[in-house]
Amino acid sequence: MLKTRIIPCLDVDGGRVVKGVNFLDIIDAGDPVAQAKVYNAQGADELCFLDITATHQGRDTILDVVRHVADEVFMPMTVGGGISTIAHIRNLLNAGADKVSINSAAVKNPDFVRDAAEKCGSQCIVVAIDAKAKEDGSAGWEIFTHGGRKGTGIDAVEWAIKMAEYGAGEILLTSMDRDGTKAGFNLPLTRAVADAVSVPVIASGGVGNLQHLVDGVKEGHASAVLAASIFHFGEYTVQEAKEAMREAGIAVRL
Amino acid sequence: MTTHTTLIIDYGSGNLRSAARAFERVIADEGLRAEVVVSNRAEDVAKADRIVLPGQGAFGDCIDNLRATPGMIEALEEAVLERARPFLGICVGMQLLATRGLEHGNHEGLDWIPGQVTALADHIPAGTLKIPHMGWNEVFVPPDAVKDEQNIVLRSVESWGTQGEHFYFVHSFMFECKDKRHILGAVDYGSAFPAIVGRDNIMGVQFHPEKSQSAGLKLIGDFMRWDP
Repeated sequence: MLKTRIIPCLDVDGGRVVKGVNFLDIIDAGDPVAQAKVYNAQGADELCFLDITATHQGRDTILDVVRHVADEVFMPMTVGGGISTIAHIRNLLNAGADKVSINSAAVKNPDFVRDAAEKCGSQCIVVAIDAKAKEDGSAGWEIFTHGGRKGTGIDAVEWAIKMAEYGAGEILLTSMDRDGTKAGFNLPLTRAVADAVSVPVIASGGVGNLQHLVDGVKEGHASAVLAASIFHFGEYTVQEAKEAMREAGIAVRL
Repeated sequence: MTTHTTLIIDYGSGNLRSAARAFERVIADEGLRAEVVVSNRAEDVAKADRIVLPGQGAFGDCIDNLRATPGMIEALEEAVLERARPFLGICVGMQLLATRGLEHGNHEGLDWIPGQVTALADHIPAGTLKIPHMGWNEVFVPPDAVKDEQNIVLRSVESWGTQGEHFYFVHSFMFECKDKRHILGAVDYGSAFPAIVGRDNIMGVQFHPEKSQSAGLKLIGDFMRWDP
């Protein structure tokens, strides 16, 4: 039986992990390889690196991160953040990434997703969607860019369907109104998107406790759950998260 | 003792770094006298002691690229079919073993293991499961599997029993074996289908051992010690 995945996410800035797992036995908390090894040992099903490097010059540092991590841990790795060209995708895949997540570039030019899927294969193209309640107050959810500041007027469910048709192999859905709140996923949004597309949906944004992960799967119908801070700050291990999910009747790899 | 060569065939089907590193890690950890060579040259196939055929993307693109490499098919047939070098196909590299692939058209495969590669969607009730089949799933021994005591990889599969062992999958097409005896391991996703196929010195895995953490490295180690 296919297992529900738990995916810890690490933010990388200029090649260094920020907000990493703060354990005593990690000498260098900014070292992506050390962080990846922790999550590998905890039984994480995949790793996600989000490159938040602001400067153009710093962009290539993510390639070194991917190379070093891929040399040390043998598990699936998704990389996102500022990806807007086929060359950039190829470089990341050649460095050892398995999937790339495309966000703003897809909103700007949907055909980029189609092109990327045709050239690199749908299996490695994840479309990241940041959504929250529509600005005009009408029903449903809207896509936002620029860290949730800029509304696009695009309906989140329709967008997800379109992206899957364009060749996205997976959708990474972030509940923007929940991100950082620790109040749990936006479950109606998650369920609406997960039920609308045939590709797997990863729920993200707002996880504050292990019940939120359970809810994302049971009520949000997500195929995988992604979380950052609950793992970063050592509140829970991936192992504990999986045990909680198993107790709730969700099939996980333990 | 001479150092053996494990060749990973590079025919432009995507990232081989992870696969090469996983084999190198196993060689280092287990102290094997072997080296990994990544190459697209037919003469390296002739010299190799073990051959690994990875593969990502579409069946048609992969087989076309393989055929476009001068002398490659002939070198592979000579090494694998005539000199019985241990062979491992991974993901689309496994699917290429089939007689034909029906992904975006009808493409001739290597035809080393009779069967065809068809859409997963045709085998599961519409709308019930996500496609691609993406994530960790258990590989188990099919109930009617043929035993091969010489096959160290299979002994590992058998040790997992009916419970199975988790491997990482990502694919939308599956290998339909014509002869059930070629199904060495199965996986359940809507219905049971082949996860490991093989015969004699030939083996193919639908999942990604190079991405399957310790279980994957164990399987790679088994393959490296396999002496069919």
